Amino acid sequence: MAYEPQADYGTPPVNSEAEVTLTIDGRSVTVPAGTSLMRAAALTGGSIPKLCASDNLQAFGSCRLCLVEVDGLSGTPASCTTPAAEGMAVHTQTPRLQKLRRGVMELYISDHPLDCLTCSANNDCELQDTAAAVGLRDVRFGYDGDNHLALPADASNPYFDFDPAKCIACSRCVRACDEVQGTFALTMDGRGFASQISAGQAGDDFLSSECVSCGACVQACPTASLQEKAVKEIGKPERAVITTCAYCGVGCTFRAEMRGEQLVRMVPWKDGKANHGHSCVKGRFAWGYAQHSDRITAPMIRESIDQPWREVSWDEALGFAASRLAAIKAQYGPGALGGITSSRCTNEETFLVQKLVRAGFGSNNVDTCARVCHSPTGYGLKTTFGTSAGTQDFDSVEQSDVILVIGANPTDAHPVFASRMKQRLRKGAKLIVIDPRRIDLVRSARIASEYHLSLQPGTNVAVLTAMAHVIVSEGLADEAFIRARCDWDEYQDWAQFVGDARHSPEVLEAVTRVPAADLRAAARLFATGGNGAIYYGLGVTEHSQGSSTVMAIANLAMATGNIGRPGVGVNPLRGQNNVQGACDMGSFPHELSGYRHISDMETRALFEADWGVVLDPEPGLRIPNMLDAAVDGSFRAIYIQGEDILQSDPNTQHVAAGLRAMDCVIVHDLFLNETAHYAHVFLPGSTFLEKTGTFTNAERRIQMVRKVMEPANGLEDWQVTQALANALGLGWNYTDPAQIMDEVARLTPSFAGVSHARLDEAGSLQWPVNDAHPDGSPIMHEAGFANGKGKFVVTDYVPTDERTGPRFPLLLTTGRILSHYNVGAQTRRTENTAWHPEDLLEMHPTDAENRGLKSGDWTRLASRTGETTLRLLVTDRVAPGVVYTTFHHPATQANVVTTEFSDWATNCPEYKVTAVQVSPSNGPTGWQEDYEALSARSRRIAPLIEAAE
Amino acid sequence: MDSAALILMANQIARNFAVQGDEAAAAATADHIRQFWAPRMKAAITANGDANLSPIAAAAVRQLD
Repeated sequence: MAYEPQADYGTPPVNSEAEVTLTIDGRSVTVPAGTSLMRAAALTGGSIPKLCASDNLQAFGSCRLCLVEVDGLSGTPASCTTPAAEGMAVHTQTPRLQKLRRGVMELYISDHPLDCLTCSANNDCELQDTAAAVGLRDVRFGYDGDNHLALPADASNPYFDFDPAKCIACSRCVRACDEVQGTFALTMDGRGFASQISAGQAGDDFLSSECVSCGACVQACPTASLQEKAVKEIGKPERAVITTCAYCGVGCTFRAEMRGEQLVRMVPWKDGKANHGHSCVKGRFAWGYAQHSDRITAPMIRESIDQPWREVSWDEALGFAASRLAAIKAQYGPGALGGITSSRCTNEETFLVQKLVRAGFGSNNVDTCARVCHSPTGYGLKTTFGTSAGTQDFDSVEQSDVILVIGANPTDAHPVFASRMKQRLRKGAKLIVIDPRRIDLVRSARIASEYHLSLQPGTNVAVLTAMAHVIVSEGLADEAFIRARCDWDEYQDWAQFVGDARHSPEVLEAVTRVPAADLRAAARLFATGGNGAIYYGLGVTEHSQGSSTVMAIANLAMATGNIGRPGVGVNPLRGQNNVQGACDMGSFPHELSGYRHISDMETRALFEADWGVVLDPEPGLRIPNMLDAAVDGSFRAIYIQGEDILQSDPNTQHVAAGLRAMDCVIVHDLFLNETAHYAHVFLPGSTFLEKTGTFTNAERRIQMVRKVMEPANGLEDWQVTQALANALGLGWNYTDPAQIMDEVARLTPSFAGVSHARLDEAGSLQWPVNDAHPDGSPIMHEAGFANGKGKFVVTDYVPTDERTGPRFPLLLTTGRILSHYNVGAQTRRTENTAWHPEDLLEMHPTDAENRGLKSGDWTRLASRTGETTLRLLVTDRVAPGVVYTTFHHPATQANVVTTEFSDWATNCPEYKVTAVQVSPSNGPTGWQEDYEALSARSRRIAPLIEAAE
Repeated sequence: MDSAALILMANQIARNFAVQGDEAAAAATADHIRQFWAPRMKAAITANGDANLSPIAAAAVRQLD
């Protein structure tokens, strides 16, 4: 579509069943009671001049431009702060108002640079538009008086500049930071003429302040005072395409604003149902990786991994890959081949990769990166609720009274949803945080948790069992709900188990280290505080009892009747953008799309008829099993789309050994990632900006990804997979990804009503979408569970095998940071490195003092599997005995020290508990030096002339 | 397949089902292995016999035959 600013109705919508009817400039309009006159006028198609108002902010009434006249009322009230009333007659354009508005505009313009023609916001500036709208022709005051025009600009933020000379002190940026983002980093410093926007404390600039670069202030600014650097460099966008972010599982929708083939900026789409016009630093700004010089756009091959890469044609690369795959299959059988789908790729691409493995390779050896994150969610929620997905939409949080966050750090990993959650908390909802680390939500601006249960890593099940003990033993369970919706006998078994005295908070305190009184109080609050919602992340799943913890969470929700309506539910916060979708599409080795087991004859027959093949009825290998089998010699070839298992998976040296043992490793990616060190074929991938398809976010919302520019590598990823399939002789002939979704829909009951055309029409749909739910399902299990009755599962606490001892006395837990995403392959290739140039090790002051360490010191982090070095950050965010780091940088690679221990049900790695020792270091470990040399060697690309010879 | 890794997995599954009682836990463990393990893994654990397996895991593996 041609470029137009997003509609702005001036003040937020009002939810009211009562309506009022009034006339505005003679036109009758009916609006919900409480709607502002400004919004009512906008709804009639009219426009009242404004500068301080925006419909994502509460009315402020400061700019004095939106004045109106109302019959029977004296004066000229501000339309943004005046609610519509029955029978009102409002006038928005009168000579008196025009005179007043012109006078106000004169004052603004008298202290504003008159450089419109050279300003980066020219023709995209509300101040300019408003000056024109009020008919300003001259400024009687002149421009020689005191002004702010010489104030220096702040260019410290890598993505946007702040020019105070262009600021009109409307406070929209301050209010956006407060109301939308909830960081409270900006303030209006000074009084009167000295009023000035300030980031953080005195002496801070935007980069050093608490600003999280979400972009809300930039979006709110009505002038060029806060402006994206890219707009200054490239120019005003000339068209916009609605698409979906490729970062976390919130699934924000954006307007990709383009100038020619060049992306100028990503602006959060106000009509996006996941993000409602908000964004974070990653989705808003960190898209520069798409054009990074590291991007590989030509296919490459090499005979062996010690050789340099050789650029070749697509035909040669695909022929080389197909011939190796065919030879391996002929010699070792289909079980020697497998593939990994990506949660960063679209549903259509993921579906094709698993189809290639099952129908082309002839095995079920397909897995996905959810193996290392949310596979326990799939197992746990399917077992208890009958469906492998979260139960709510994001809007549900607005009706929550008690929010329990366990093993998740939403402000860093799911920041846009965290802002929604914080809005609800500021309105009075209570918060319980269960996390070994004091995450930002525990206490931040105008947010304070009622209880922070800082548990010993690895004791989630014990904590949840103790909470259940309190609920059952104190008679707080919702018996009516349980009798109506769950299996009563199973509940009684469970209640008897958790009610046993050995599961009391007092007894389990020795294990969990959570004070029993706090745990009891938190349990009572959750059970009695109204709508209780549980949000969880990888701090739940990435444990040896990840699946048990998910089931314990489901038990808690059912026992308290917190399922099946807005405001409640069990909500897994998915790490990557399409984790839910990749799982939905049949990426796990034991199930086909829609979570149907491969052994089910009826389901298999559907696929066999559609695909014209016979499918193996037995489950295939999971990723860790594939690596084990590779070391043993029975697994010899793998096609990896959009994943970097060498960096993301546990026990790096074991992963390397598995990859090194294979005869054919095909990496399909944007960059020569770490895994590609062991690859024989590199197939260049396309970014989310260069392809069409769908992502499914954490609330099961299926949204369109739309191509905004041609793929730099020449092909969208689904086309690459199809080309590989056809090189193997499969004869696929998709001409549009919509056809792939049509195939998904006809083979998958929960997607039966999904198509690209319907998504274009509806904007988004939350599965299941079928005859029973033609418009999708924002809330699951409203009338009943998928299996009929909710299933209580007894989850006994089983300590992890990973134990601390004299050699490794500390527990390492890993996580993420706001500015980086997963292994950092994308964000490390953006300016986000300004905030996080390296992984740091967090350690409690007591532990640091005992070791003679201080912040900034190089430290050696060692476990029984390996060791690495990284710099230390001393902080009381972590408890004594616990250390924490992130895994965004390959130079440190935290997974060198993580172990092979994993979730009992799904083999999801136990990233969150590794026994380690930390000691002073004076440089990189031998492993790091070797790895650096390997990286340099593995990324050699033979000069084209040499390749031609 | 590396039998040590499979033994660890089987014992871990059995330990998490143990709360159901020996007989039910063995059946649940066997069912879990049937549903989620690839044939070569099942073959390897079966070939391993009872060695290094917990009683529940060993009973489960016997049920795979």
